[in-house]
Amino acid sequence: MNSVSPLFPEQASTIAPQVDALYFFLIGVTVVFTGLIATAMCVFAYKYRRRTESDVGEPIHSSLVLEIVWTVIPFLIAMAIFGWSASIYFQIVHPPAETLEIYAVGKRWMWKFQHIDGQREINELHLPASRAVKLTMSSEDVIHDVFVPAFRVKADAIPGRYTSIWFTPTTPGEYHLFCAEYCGTRHSGMIGKVVVMKPHDYQQWLQGGDTEGSLADRGRRLFQELACVSCHSTEGSGRGPTLQGVFGSQVSLSNGTTVTADDNYIRESILRPQVKLVAGYQPQMPTFQGLVDEEGLMALLEYVKSMQKTATPQP
Amino acid sequence: MTTPAIPELNYLNTAYGTRSWLLTKDHKRIALLYLVSATVFFGLGGVFAALVRFELATPAGDLLSPDTYNKMFTMHGVVMVFFFLIPAIPAIIGNFLIPIMLGAKDLAFPRINLLSWYIYIIGGVFTLYAIVVGGVDTGWTFYTPYSSAASNTNVLATGVGIFITGFSSILTGLNFIVTIHRMRAPGLTWFRLPLFVWAHYATSLIQILGTPVVAVTILMLAAERAFGIGIFDPARGGDPVLFQHLFWFYSHPAVYIMILPAMGVISEVVACFSRKPVFGYSFVAFSSLAIAAFGFLVWAHHMFVSGISPYAALVFSFLSFAVAIPSAVKMFNWTATMYKGALWLQSPLIYAFGFFGLFTIGGLTGLFLASLGTDVHMHDTYFVVAHFHYIMVGGTLMGYLAAMHFWWPKITGRMYPEGWAKFAALIVFVGFNLTFFPQFLLGYLGMPRRYHVYPPEFQVLNVLSTAGATILAVGYAIPLIYFIWSAKYGKVAGPNPWNATGLEWTTQSPPLTENFIETPVVTDEPYNYARLGAHGG
Repeated sequence: MNSVSPLFPEQASTIAPQVDALYFFLIGVTVVFTGLIATAMCVFAYKYRRRTESDVGEPIHSSLVLEIVWTVIPFLIAMAIFGWSASIYFQIVHPPAETLEIYAVGKRWMWKFQHIDGQREINELHLPASRAVKLTMSSEDVIHDVFVPAFRVKADAIPGRYTSIWFTPTTPGEYHLFCAEYCGTRHSGMIGKVVVMKPHDYQQWLQGGDTEGSLADRGRRLFQELACVSCHSTEGSGRGPTLQGVFGSQVSLSNGTTVTADDNYIRESILRPQVKLVAGYQPQMPTFQGLVDEEGLMALLEYVKSMQKTATPQP
Repeated sequence: MTTPAIPELNYLNTAYGTRSWLLTKDHKRIALLYLVSATVFFGLGGVFAALVRFELATPAGDLLSPDTYNKMFTMHGVVMVFFFLIPAIPAIIGNFLIPIMLGAKDLAFPRINLLSWYIYIIGGVFTLYAIVVGGVDTGWTFYTPYSSAASNTNVLATGVGIFITGFSSILTGLNFIVTIHRMRAPGLTWFRLPLFVWAHYATSLIQILGTPVVAVTILMLAAERAFGIGIFDPARGGDPVLFQHLFWFYSHPAVYIMILPAMGVISEVVACFSRKPVFGYSFVAFSSLAIAAFGFLVWAHHMFVSGISPYAALVFSFLSFAVAIPSAVKMFNWTATMYKGALWLQSPLIYAFGFFGLFTIGGLTGLFLASLGTDVHMHDTYFVVAHFHYIMVGGTLMGYLAAMHFWWPKITGRMYPEGWAKFAALIVFVGFNLTFFPQFLLGYLGMPRRYHVYPPEFQVLNVLSTAGATILAVGYAIPLIYFIWSAKYGKVAGPNPWNATGLEWTTQSPPLTENFIETPVVTDEPYNYARLGAHGG
């Protein structure tokens, strides 16, 4: 953020050099084609300038060979760029198996982050270098967008669902965090900074500050306050299914289909439990829409995930 | 050659008075009604743009309040897109020329043509009303749930204005299609049509097929905002991304509504001032239709970071690359047209050169955004702003100015000052590049669009851009002045000052109300300049 080149952003993630390589290739393509057309234009304008009033051009009508050449060559170049860019995109959208998960909520006009260990931050995000980080995001009101130019990634935070973004920061330092989706009056004030730290410093940072226990702990307390626990018992003997080991599993629904219990499924099951009812259970769970906010939902989600982590393997 | 005089009887002097204009059924007079009203909207949109640019001259928000700034860029977009760029070339130049180019007396439905203008004005009045009573701040894209649930500005009135104006666009498109099918002069087969007509045919298809979708989308937005019916707002069970799909299903093809007519103009100008036929006529003609068709299949490239499926993104990226090919084919054919021509460097060709430069850069920078890997970084940054201004302003407006200079003698019967015209073209070209080129760099640096305040390290490029905008404003003011001046004092042009082919040059300037005394019969291929040469001009 301090030593920015006036024409080019810093590279601070593993994907950034790959995006930049394609960017420079595209600049090359642009310069070559613009140069070709501009040169041809200038040369023709001079060489074939009209000399007398009755001067006319040579009536050349068409050439199939030329048409094929200048259709096929640009098409092949376009397809090469397409393939190259798609391969970068698939890295951007597919996080690795092991990531440091952080939750983010956008709200006009601030960013709220929750770390698994319990730290909460507003408009600042502390990250360790050299470790894949995945942000799971939502919004409390309108669409926002997490954009860290130094990482070359962005993703919308959309109300009513979870989206995610991942990156591996490489260089310790402070970087801009922008909201890139227009969200009203103070859209341009919805900015913050990403602080990338050496892993050791990050560990120290995690120790500092007072937290109310880990995010999963907070989720567990909410789970009890909202009386979820009275139906969703650990053993599965309650009126609702057990949540032990449910995250990431295949769930059979009452309508005969199966879904993967991912972030958005857990979220929907809390807010609109009747939509995807688990097979063998009565539709008696009330909605928790309005009773739990986005951050609370994320804590509950993290608690459900933690039950996964401690689950004994099923036979 | 005797000094020509303005014909005693022409469409401008057959009747006088406000009534004769407001109740006219003459496509040429209706074109002039559009010219005046669209110019007013252009001026208004320009004022909004100027305020945006002056605010951005410093990183702090010191000229406008945040809400006022947000309204300024929104209304700049709304006014320029819906009330200038979409109607500009079709409703002004197309309206004036298509019947004459076909050898017809008027469009197929002259009354509907007048109705189109009235609908456009009514829609414009609604939008102006929304502006006067406080404006709108959603961005011209009206994304939900901000527009339906959060914004407390005049979204409904603006939406109604755009909804109404859409019908004007649909009716004009319908009128053109019927006219082109049914009213061609004897001998004017499809492959003897000027490419300007082909381009307008493709444009009209998009107008008819696309505009109803944006109308329905606005209705749904209004239903949610006014009556709380949950369609897009997740708090009411809606899907906010659905709005983006619907909006871009029209609004991406709308970009082709803006650029295709400009491409039609460029084909005419390049042929006339190279004094030879357009190279690869049928490829240029069909590429217009290909753009219209592919243009409907690329909308989700606006949503690569909106949480859509990566596989959907893959398909839309591929199709976005595909739509670039017909535009490239056109560029190559125009360039080839100049090869072994007899290039007459008059101002319409100079403006066409400006189009080549700006449209080429605009088109190629589109590849950066069609590319999934780079779009994730560039989406919603100034890179996008720069890219679409190179297309919509650099392309469409340069094409529009080329058209105005090429056909002004036909419209008014008089010539503008050529030296001033060339000078203005240079100012526009320099001013445009200074305004928008720095925005490419700003975008890659990461400056998001629609930012009222910004980090200080972006200031130098923003100051350059604002300086460029000032020059650009001067560049647009000069033609306005000399066109008005020349309508009265310009040198009399005569029927064919460019010694051009095409039926519009066979009739007097300005034409009769009926365009032709006798219906012309076409026996010749288009752009047959060799024949003119043989006759010694």
